[in-house]
Amino acid sequence: MTSLTDPPAGSFRLSMLLNDTRYRSYTFQAIALAVLIVAFAYLGNNLLNNLRAAGLNISYDFLGTPAGYDIDQRLIEYDNQDTHGRAAIIGILNTLLVAVLGCITATIFGVLAGVLRLSNNWLVSKLMAVYVEIFRNIPVLIWIIIIYTVMTAVLPPPNAFRGDTPTSSMLFDLFAFTNRGIYLPAPVWGPGSGVVVATFIASVIGVVAYRRYATNLLYSTGRLLPMGWPSLVIFLVPSILVYFVMGQPISLDVPALKGFNFQGGIKVGAPLIALWFALSIYTGAFIAENVRAGIQAVSKGQTEAAGALGLRPGRIMNLVILPQALRVIIPPLISQYLNITKNSSLAIAVGYMDITGTLGGITLNQTGRAIECVLLLMLFYLTISLSISAIMNVYNNTVTLKER
Amino acid sequence: MSDTHAQTVAFVRGTEIPPAPPPYAASGPVKWMRENLFATPANGALTLVALYFIWLLLSSTMPWILNGIWTTSSLAECREVLDGTVGACFSVLTERWNQLIFGFKYPSEFYWRPTLALVLFFFAAAPVLFFDLPRKLLAFTAVYPFIAFWLIWGGTILTPILALAGVAAGVFIYQRFVTQSFAAGFFGGIFAAFLVWFLGGYLIPEGASDNAMLGAVPSRDLGGFMLNMMLGVTCVSLSIPIGIALALGRQSSMPLIKWICVIFIEFIRGVPLITLLFVASVMLSYFFPPESTVDLFLRVVIMITMFSAAYIAEVIRGGLAALPKGQYEGADSLGLDYAQATRLIILPQALKISIPGIVNVAVGLFKDTTLVSVISMFDLVGMIRGPILASTEWNGVYWELLGFAALLFFVVCYGISQYSQWLERRLATDHH
Repeated sequence: MTSLTDPPAGSFRLSMLLNDTRYRSYTFQAIALAVLIVAFAYLGNNLLNNLRAAGLNISYDFLGTPAGYDIDQRLIEYDNQDTHGRAAIIGILNTLLVAVLGCITATIFGVLAGVLRLSNNWLVSKLMAVYVEIFRNIPVLIWIIIIYTVMTAVLPPPNAFRGDTPTSSMLFDLFAFTNRGIYLPAPVWGPGSGVVVATFIASVIGVVAYRRYATNLLYSTGRLLPMGWPSLVIFLVPSILVYFVMGQPISLDVPALKGFNFQGGIKVGAPLIALWFALSIYTGAFIAENVRAGIQAVSKGQTEAAGALGLRPGRIMNLVILPQALRVIIPPLISQYLNITKNSSLAIAVGYMDITGTLGGITLNQTGRAIECVLLLMLFYLTISLSISAIMNVYNNTVTLKER
Repeated sequence: MSDTHAQTVAFVRGTEIPPAPPPYAASGPVKWMRENLFATPANGALTLVALYFIWLLLSSTMPWILNGIWTTSSLAECREVLDGTVGACFSVLTERWNQLIFGFKYPSEFYWRPTLALVLFFFAAAPVLFFDLPRKLLAFTAVYPFIAFWLIWGGTILTPILALAGVAAGVFIYQRFVTQSFAAGFFGGIFAAFLVWFLGGYLIPEGASDNAMLGAVPSRDLGGFMLNMMLGVTCVSLSIPIGIALALGRQSSMPLIKWICVIFIEFIRGVPLITLLFVASVMLSYFFPPESTVDLFLRVVIMITMFSAAYIAEVIRGGLAALPKGQYEGADSLGLDYAQATRLIILPQALKISIPGIVNVAVGLFKDTTLVSVISMFDLVGMIRGPILASTEWNGVYWELLGFAALLFFVVCYGISQYSQWLERRLATDHH
């Protein structure tokens, strides 16, 4: 017969704080808390003393003063008389821009390279292995600088497009590749263009709805509707029809050489392209490895079983392998997206004005508000990181294996 | 029925046909190409695209590399020698070799010191990396940091000796008390080391470095690839113990300690290294006592170590989580306390699982050491972008310099990753 003896009550001795496992953890935590408080008090005290000695104080007033510097690449209106705060917002938008663009292209590169690395074609798989190894083992900063150098040293300057017999010409008369960046035609929204855009959005929703309906039909009845061409028709036809019915309201503003530079159109600056492209191919190499690992994690028996059921290779990939591989691929993919976002701070090396370039670069140097700027910078990146991982975790939960 | 054939078959061959070689197209390189390069039309097209791509790459780079010039003293001279033909100007590498490796301020008469430190580093790292070597060699590894410090920075020999004495005192106290209680040994050892360092600080006379055996070199004179190597090695080796502590803290059942570790790790992992380097360069000195002057190198080491410790902690946490629960329960049932179980049963296994991840972090960290060029330290990238490309002789030699930097990093990082794969195979104790 077993019997439990209660610990004798009321016999607490001081030595039990160290020797009794019930109380020891409290002792350790109390010590840790004390050390933490002392450390923070010491650092905070030093900070206050140093600030007083330097005649500084912590203040965010500088955000409201005129910035006085120009930002070449921007998504919203800005001139150098606007405030440091607005410059920081431009920087935030630029960071988000390059992060979103980078995530999209890196995923494309990564999935392509990862799948091709598993190809039966010896040459292609070896080529992809070389790509992955080369890009993974060389610092991204060097890639950014190399690509920026290519952009600025190899591409022609804008004045090469001048004259009767220019040394360079515009691609399709629409795109100009210069060492200052790439000039693209910009859409001009005429009257009635809203209807076209609305139709386009509606048809995108329509495509998603149709594909969802077809998938549900496949799962519930086993009848497979064609996916490819109806999607394409729903996607394109209504918008094109409405575009001509409304009398072609959207036109293009083609960049043209005026004075010393191209005017009109959209300018994508060399720093943005260098950063975007470098981040994409660098992170793409990492994503390729994740994709390869994910596909290889699906056991070969799955492919063979699907083949035995009579599925064709494309459908095996889409219906059997990818849904299972995605569960392995998604979590590391999230951290790669986070890496792109954080690595976009390397923009400062090529002069792309992201948040590190504006708030952490010029604003910090002009105002000398090091502590405030660095704290705001950290706060921004923390917010971004936490929100990306929160969003992606929700998505990750939807693709994980549903088990009882 | 056995004679059926005898009646239906008109002729039965009495001898065996000698084995013939397979048809030409079903063996050798042709078969290999048919299977691996041209299995299907789509595959064949892919092969052709790949071949075209390779040709494009080689035809544009090979003449440039093979026609390279190695012995001129400026870009203009290079162009003169090339005389309009395509060719690289590798002379910048031979002419600025010392600057690329040691930075532009390190005194040239002392170049042998970091070189010797690097050679000794291989001897120190060998017993850690290849554990078939005799364990006694680890004694040299333990002494190496102090030798390397003295070789690179120079100055009075008292400093490294004193630091070594502190460590020795700590280890002595640890071994004396660890049999009674791990906590007593551990914290006693740390206390003893700090006590020796603190008291020893008064022993070093003022200006001891002025006439030292090895001339003193201030940290701000370090540069080039040497700086990348020093930052990488120092920060990785410092961050592994801190990472282990953080990982254990995050797994701890004590909520306060757990939350301190969680907040630290998530905070560090949520911000880019650049912002931490900004902290090191513009903000950290505000947190030190006003009279102290902590040089930039040390501040950068502190921040990079914190950065990589957070990442290594997550890797080791994965290793801890991957251990079967039975290992923890087995340790408990043997009556081991937390320190014993962790030290003898959990950590050795968890670290083994974590090795690939730790190497990943180490490679990433080594690559990230180039970021210090952003806060104007002249590491390899900083040297190239700063003094070398800005000089009148070499303004415009981008490809050769950047290619050299890329090659250097590739060799080191690829070497490390190959080592880690070898180690993984070597440590694979499960048979399948």
